Amino acid sequence: MRTSLPMLLKSLVMAALLAAPVVAGNATGGAVAPAAEFKLTSRAGAPVALSGLKGQVVLINFWATWCGPCRKEMPLLEQIQKKYAPLGFTMLGVNVEEDTRLMDTFLNDVPVSFPILLDPANGVSKLYNVSAMPSTVIVDRKGNVRFVHQGYQPGDEGKYQDMIRQLIREKA
Amino acid sequence: MPGVLPEAPVEAAVATEMKVMAPVGAALAAIPFRSRLKLLLLLLTSPAALAGVLPEERADALYHYYDGGGVEIDGPSLLVRKSVGEKVSVSLSYYVDTISSASIDVVTTGASPDGYNEKRTQWGTGVDYLRGDTTMSLGYSTSDENDYQADTLNFGISQDVFGGLTTISLGYGSGSDEVSRRGDPTFAGNVDRHAYRLGVTQVVTRNLIMGFSYEAIADEGFLNNPYRRVRYVDVNEATGYGLQYEVYPETRASNAAAIRAKYYLPYRAAISGEYRYFTDDWGIDAHTVEVGYAQPFRSQWIFDFKYRFYTQSAADFYSDLFPYANAQNYLARDKELSTFQSHGPHLGASYTFMDRQGDRPMKSTVNVFADYYMYSYDDFRDLRPDVDVGTEPLYSYDAIVVQAFFSLWF
Amino acid sequence: MKAGVAILIAGLLMAGCSGIEPWVKPYERDRLADPIMSFDRNPVSGSYIDHVHEAREGARGASGSAGGGCGCN
Repeated sequence: MRTSLPMLLKSLVMAALLAAPVVAGNATGGAVAPAAEFKLTSRAGAPVALSGLKGQVVLINFWATWCGPCRKEMPLLEQIQKKYAPLGFTMLGVNVEEDTRLMDTFLNDVPVSFPILLDPANGVSKLYNVSAMPSTVIVDRKGNVRFVHQGYQPGDEGKYQDMIRQLIREKA
Repeated sequence: MPGVLPEAPVEAAVATEMKVMAPVGAALAAIPFRSRLKLLLLLLTSPAALAGVLPEERADALYHYYDGGGVEIDGPSLLVRKSVGEKVSVSLSYYVDTISSASIDVVTTGASPDGYNEKRTQWGTGVDYLRGDTTMSLGYSTSDENDYQADTLNFGISQDVFGGLTTISLGYGSGSDEVSRRGDPTFAGNVDRHAYRLGVTQVVTRNLIMGFSYEAIADEGFLNNPYRRVRYVDVNEATGYGLQYEVYPETRASNAAAIRAKYYLPYRAAISGEYRYFTDDWGIDAHTVEVGYAQPFRSQWIFDFKYRFYTQSAADFYSDLFPYANAQNYLARDKELSTFQSHGPHLGASYTFMDRQGDRPMKSTVNVFADYYMYSYDDFRDLRPDVDVGTEPLYSYDAIVVQAFFSLWF
Repeated sequence: MKAGVAILIAGLLMAGCSGIEPWVKPYERDRLADPIMSFDRNPVSGSYIDHVHEAREGARGASGSAGGGCGCN
């Protein structure tokens, strides 16, 4: 068995080239669609319906404590909430976990002032075709989805802020 | 494309993509090697879409202790891994084996000079680079003891596909060793080693993950122990046998393939299983089977139970007792190349004494592991008892391995 | 053999690129992200035990893997 380096490199190259990632981007790129309606119970126990927030710019963030990038993103989302809430903006953190104790422990260390909604049956996650953790959806004042973002990389909070600023200027 | 938009436009795009991909594969095979390399570089510098994650930042300090077959080995093993920015992770490792006492080889056929005391030190460093959902790794390690120096360079590339359910990794390692013999300054040997690795990890269900790995290794050079000798029947000797230095082939090519699985039990526990098949051109065939069970207790404890069974068949040129001197071109009496089995139960306890999700440092654990190995040889004899040549008892020994370590995630 | 490996990888990856929907959704990967489901929870201990085996046995190789976990990002 004389394995040759060029042969392995050829395999490597073919592998890397054929694994070209399926593109997933930011903008909805095309027709604007209304955000699917949902109603979930918040951590505080109050029911929250998306339709009740019409007139505001809403950022929906799907997260879980077992997801490292989600935990990293949380304090930055809190900063965004504090900055834009007075301008007609609200953030909704949708937690997808079955075990709420882990979420409680995390939120003790990293408290947030925006509502945390509980989606343990993953109904809303399915409704919004959540395909990465975390996922962020921004809805305009009319209730249409204008921005979808998968994952979190440091610096993404800048993209969220750009879209929020743009949507805040639009009329309801 | 996932989102809140209707699915139909996505399907059309996907169908087109499929039509393109198949002929692409065929076309790629026709492109000259150098151009394909350029294409690879182009891909790696193009903008990333979905992303993977870098390995966790951590520090580990481990103490290891081995006692078996007349040999005692202990020492530290340290590792620090730190992210630099958001795309790069670097690691540094330090490992020492302090070896004392004399194994069966030393006592009977002089596999090492008398009064065996040895120290082996190994330094390692590595860097991982994350680009999109591809991670590229480069690692270097150097190991030093007074009659053996080894240098290894490893390169790896790992990619998430199938929406992250599958991870494919490829690796290549190159090693270069220098062998010397204490008391013989004229002796110098070299070993060149090449290893090729392929791994696939697959998320099967919400509760089941499986992995497959394959590794081919090719060595060339001075592959035997410069001190060890084989024995042959010699009626003129008081012991009944004579000794001569072992002679190994100058090359060795081996293939190993393993499959493993872990399954999550609903009350929070995990069962695991692993099987590995090994074969090489020296005639050795080996099977490794391991089963395991991880049981958490409260939120801070994890207990591990494992059982490992290993069996191998001897190398073609191995014999415990050759009929006469120079009986074959190649001669070996290394018990590592003989026919034997090993049973190894394992017990581990880990305690998490800090678990803070938001702050840094984030988590720390203290761990104690114990393994007990029982080796029994089918064609390697224990030469210590004074009996007729060829009737010595088959050798067996037990060993205990203990690890105590502290891990910190930051 | 090497060509076979290349074809296997190519086949797997082409299938991956065909847009097959992941059947385990990212929000369903909580159990896989549990440390007890990791193949290599303690890498320093793992590589030490591999070394204990390789030093005493004839077999070598195919002893590790990557992947699984939370699949975040």
